[in-house]
Amino acid sequence: MAKYLLLKHYRGAPDAVNNIPMDQWTPEEISDHMQYMRDFATRLESTGEYVDGQALSPEGTFVRYDGEGRPPVTDGPFAETKDLIAGWMVIDVDSYDRALELAGELSAAPGAGGKPIHEWLELRPFMAEPPTVTE
Amino acid sequence: MADPVVDDTLLRSLTPAVIGILVRRGADFAAAEDAVQESLLEALRVWPDDPPRDPKPWLVKVAWRKFIDATRADASRRRREERVEAEPAPGAGAAADDTLQLYFLCAHPSLTPASAVALTLRAVGGLTTRQIADAYLVPEATMGQRISRAKRTVANVRFDQTGDVATVVRVLYLVFNEGYSGDIDLAAEAIRITRELATRIDHPEVSGLLALMLLHHARRPARTRADGSLVPLAEQDRSRWDTRLIAEGVEILQQALARDQLGEFQAQAAIAALHADAQTADETDWVQIVEWYDELVRITDSPIARLNRAVAIGEADGARAGLAALARLDSALPRYTAVSAYLHERDGDPATAARLYADAAAAAANLAERDHLTRQAARLNATLRG
Repeated sequence: MAKYLLLKHYRGAPDAVNNIPMDQWTPEEISDHMQYMRDFATRLESTGEYVDGQALSPEGTFVRYDGEGRPPVTDGPFAETKDLIAGWMVIDVDSYDRALELAGELSAAPGAGGKPIHEWLELRPFMAEPPTVTE
Repeated sequence: MADPVVDDTLLRSLTPAVIGILVRRGADFAAAEDAVQESLLEALRVWPDDPPRDPKPWLVKVAWRKFIDATRADASRRRREERVEAEPAPGAGAAADDTLQLYFLCAHPSLTPASAVALTLRAVGGLTTRQIADAYLVPEATMGQRISRAKRTVANVRFDQTGDVATVVRVLYLVFNEGYSGDIDLAAEAIRITRELATRIDHPEVSGLLALMLLHHARRPARTRADGSLVPLAEQDRSRWDTRLIAEGVEILQQALARDQLGEFQAQAAIAALHADAQTADETDWVQIVEWYDELVRITDSPIARLNRAVAIGEADGARAGLAALARLDSALPRYTAVSAYLHERDGDPATAARLYADAAAAAANLAERDHLTRQAARLNATLRG
């Protein structure tokens, strides 16, 4: 088994095919989208492949150390050009091909007009534990 | 006074036998396994205050009651309830080894490796779903579903059907080799389960696997530094290797090899035994190790075995020979670049080695390996800067 992160972007990913922003969808289209996401997670739980999923607020700040005795420096909100993560799902699957298949399904979530968004999702493997037998 | 702490190992070791008894009494495997898991959880709750005089009959009794309760609760199974409620004599006509059958069932070829591992740890290993979930860093609900699906997959497999030992040893090898270090020591559990298997079936590859596990487990105290970083084999403090485990592993291996039915796990164990035999890294018998890799390549045709063989050739015949062996392999293999970096450094080309170590670090699949490779690149870059 291998764990993968499915990363969803507010910005920074290439444009989706059905690229109409959510605030221009009908309320029913929004509900259908949310239901699709919930159903997807529920299905992964039932197949024993679901690990975690969270959504992130778009409001964020850069923070850094500014030297002994000083408060950290902040910078933000993020510039429009900054890659912005919207949320993630972690899956634990048998193969890379299975991870691709699931990412493809998640990207098919319905958007405007009830049509799939074809959103670009970022798929990243987790670092594993080192194996015991190495030679 | 009885020890108030539950003997987890005893509880786990009784699990497969109790499942076997329920199955003999007419429960199907999935229901029996659920009932026994429930009885384990109850034992963990009850035993600290009220330890049983004889644990096994206690588990059988509680598991059977759980099974009856579950069957009763399931209205659609009312007919079966009538059939099983009259409790038959335990073990009646039990000619086959139930526990051994469980090993085969849980490693059935229709299961994915991850499902077989999870089911084996629960039904054969006697671990709870939570412990297995923790060991593989997934939520308990996810692991529970994975196990339920695995049980549905093997629902129509006859319990008394003898399986292939090769599938069982592969699953146990996975438990030993791949997992996270939570509360449960998966390597120790894999050894315990493999030892139990070895008492029930006389097969040189089961012995080979057990020897391999013991020989690698023996090195564990020397494998990691206090900060958790990995110590490569050549740099390990060999005085910290567990000589008792090594002696046991070597003896088991010798008995297996004497039967002249070589298999991949015996060959791997032989390589581990040769490393264990060397007092210092310099005394390693690389020529013999290359010969064992030749056997391993012949048996498995595995590209990983070929890669490790190239390393061994580099030690036995010099880095140039190792690089020549490496050049015949696919450069997309995992750890290919790391091996190439190592051999280039040995060949006296630190600049190429530093570049390759950095490339290998970027492609590493685990943090310990990435950190190790990054340090190698940094070490060489520091010397190159003078």
